[in-house]
Amino acid sequence: MKGTVRFVQGNEACVEGALYAGLKFFAGYPITPSTEIAEHLSLRLPEIGGKFIQMEDEIASMCAIIGASLTGCKVMTATSGPGFSLMQEALGYAIMTEIPCVIVNVQRGGPSTGIPTHVSQGDVNQARWGTHGDHSIVALTASNHQDVFAMTVEAFNISETYRTPVVLLLDEVVGHMRERLVIPEAGEIPIVERLKTSVREGVDYHPYLPREDGRLPMSDFGGVHRDNVTGLYHDMWGFPSDDPSVVHGLIRHLIDKIENQTNYLTRYKEVGVEDADCLLISYGSSARSARHVVENRRRRGERYGLLELQTLWPFPHELVRSKCANARYIIVVEMNTGQVCQTVRLAVDRPERVFLANRIDGEFITPTDIQGMLHLIQGKGL
Amino acid sequence: MPVKDYIRERFFPHIWCAGCGHGTVLNGLIRAVEKLGISKNDIVMVSGIGCSSRVSGYLDFHTLHTLHGRALAFAAGVKLGRPDLNVIVPMGDGDALAIGGNHFIHAARRNIDVTALIMNNRIYGMTGGQYSPLSGRGILATTAPFSNIDQSFDVVELATAAGATFVARATTYHVQETIEIIQEAILHKGFSVVEIMSQCPTYFGRKNRQGDAVAMLKRMREIVLPIGAKAKHGDPEIIERGIFVRKDRPEYCAEYDDIIRRAMKRK
Amino acid sequence: MERSRFVFSGSGGQGVITAAIILGEAAVLYENLNAVQTQVYGAAARGGATRSDLIISDSEIWFPKVVQPNVLVCLTQEAYNKYSPIIRPGGLLIVDAHHVQIGRRVDAVQKELPIYQTVIDKIGEPIVFNVCMLGAVTALTGVVQPVSIMKALKARVRKDLLGVNRQALDLGLELGGKAA
Repeated sequence: MKGTVRFVQGNEACVEGALYAGLKFFAGYPITPSTEIAEHLSLRLPEIGGKFIQMEDEIASMCAIIGASLTGCKVMTATSGPGFSLMQEALGYAIMTEIPCVIVNVQRGGPSTGIPTHVSQGDVNQARWGTHGDHSIVALTASNHQDVFAMTVEAFNISETYRTPVVLLLDEVVGHMRERLVIPEAGEIPIVERLKTSVREGVDYHPYLPREDGRLPMSDFGGVHRDNVTGLYHDMWGFPSDDPSVVHGLIRHLIDKIENQTNYLTRYKEVGVEDADCLLISYGSSARSARHVVENRRRRGERYGLLELQTLWPFPHELVRSKCANARYIIVVEMNTGQVCQTVRLAVDRPERVFLANRIDGEFITPTDIQGMLHLIQGKGL
Repeated sequence: MPVKDYIRERFFPHIWCAGCGHGTVLNGLIRAVEKLGISKNDIVMVSGIGCSSRVSGYLDFHTLHTLHGRALAFAAGVKLGRPDLNVIVPMGDGDALAIGGNHFIHAARRNIDVTALIMNNRIYGMTGGQYSPLSGRGILATTAPFSNIDQSFDVVELATAAGATFVARATTYHVQETIEIIQEAILHKGFSVVEIMSQCPTYFGRKNRQGDAVAMLKRMREIVLPIGAKAKHGDPEIIERGIFVRKDRPEYCAEYDDIIRRAMKRK
Repeated sequence: MERSRFVFSGSGGQGVITAAIILGEAAVLYENLNAVQTQVYGAAARGGATRSDLIISDSEIWFPKVVQPNVLVCLTQEAYNKYSPIIRPGGLLIVDAHHVQIGRRVDAVQKELPIYQTVIDKIGEPIVFNVCMLGAVTALTGVVQPVSIMKALKARVRKDLLGVNRQALDLGLELGGKAA
């Protein structure tokens, strides 16, 4: 790949990806282990005429990016668990009002203040169900800096295409470690720009009436269409409505526009999956330890495979079911009590073959930890 | 432009009770905008949740009906995104100062060029009459059946201390004055706060035996007097109205534009 | 090449994290190698025992942490006591002679170098202590060319401090060269 080579933290890879994707506005509040994202953007955004603001808390940060998005900018915030909890209210608002925005959660150990400088992947289900009410969400992850960059760009592209908030679930290890990043030249990765309405002044504009392809063109605040944006159930003009058919239609739209696109939204990587007798499923930094194990075992001629999920939500049930079909054991490697493992069990035909290799003590899961689980499973004589 | 050109008729009739003061504020706001001659495309109205927040939906501006207490945080994003637009934020007393209190003082501290209108009816109307941070001690509410022991904020003092550069108080009785003050608040470059005392005959009036809307307005006429009246009459019941603060201090968006100039030069 | 696993340890403010980053930059940016650097976060970063791990390799690095370093640098006694047991048997353990009294029961090649003393005597400022240490590590391991470290320093330090950094690196190379 051509481009500028850097040796940076994952948090900075995320910053570079966001700027590459066209980020113009960031609001945030300092919190370990995500703070470097805010620090770098406070320097980089004004250099390109963009804006950075440190708000009074994460609630305000999430609200501010939604406000700025409505003026036509690409926007982002970054936080960790406690801040992500505070953002859930406005995250739901962005889902309901279909405002493009990207929320980065560099995960640390929870609940509550938890263990701020240590790694965890405990917010996977919070990303899915953290805000109240039925809804759908897109959440992406990455295990190395090139992928952090690429997934950040994807997050913006998906956010703009589907008019939805996208959560980027990083973790302390990926966020803080430094490794190679090649920043591609402009144009190498396609960028989705905001789709603006072509409806002219004086013609009735329906901000919430999808086009035939399902997309919703926007009109910026300050433009010629003065529409209403509300977190209440609303009709195609954005006006509040409690008409049951309007309510039903909107919630189905909000869920279907994501769930029906699962195949298009699924990003993953695989190593040796076709012939794998033992298939590891992992994501984020723990996928690095899983990969380490798989590479070592394959070098010894053992049939190990790795399925690295980069899209966690909407969960790629079909993909997981088909990739797991021929494996004797499926080991989900993650740093929580089995949030993805549970979902994998729901997806596969034989859930009794699915095992969890995890670590929940704030320490990074090692290849040795995974090997330990493998021994246990093999000792059971399965 | 006639007043009806500023409203979205599709939205009417409005949801407010008969005698509610919020319609008067809506009317005053329209007159102020009309007198200033600002294009409807150049106004963004951002509101939170509560009776007051419905103002935004009724007006034919760019309107953003957000979350309870968070309107000023959304407004900060809108204003930074498009500093050339006029951002007006109608809020209720609970909306602005209970759940939104933190956003309120920080918006004032930053002196971001947003006009905050606090429609103070001293009660949570939408949820049915609970006490608010502006109800004050001794008031009856559905959550204060033995009378309220919470002290209230003085919005003018709070906004002043937090750094707002335009602070005023008006009422729904003194309509002409309210229109003029809103005009000045919109023109002011910086964070401007206008507390507009508004009557809620349905909950506050009835619970506290203050009579109907007319009686409540008459009471406002009697006790809300021009600045200086308190000292003159020495009556603790008197509330002063008028413009308390009007000063120049660097405005946030202008300051950030300067940051951009410096960052671009450095690069 | 053999995969090199470094642990740099010392106390907050000695620059061990920066040293690991500079070495990583030299490897990745100027020698087209792969490197992964991690560090222990928290109160340690503001004084107290601190540690930074660095792996350099010409192949891909998956697991980013160092469990058993083949090169361990300890710049304080506390760091030495804590980390000397984790060194890979037969590995290289570099300590600063001024700060660390070495023990005998460590299965490693131990090098006690007067890094701190040299910096104080020849330069007078302890701020380039870490760069001098990097010079010694480079000379003893040959993991990257000294010129690559210099390039990384050029891109990172203020112009007026480049001279003293160069001097510190050279002193370290000399110390390491003599001890090899």
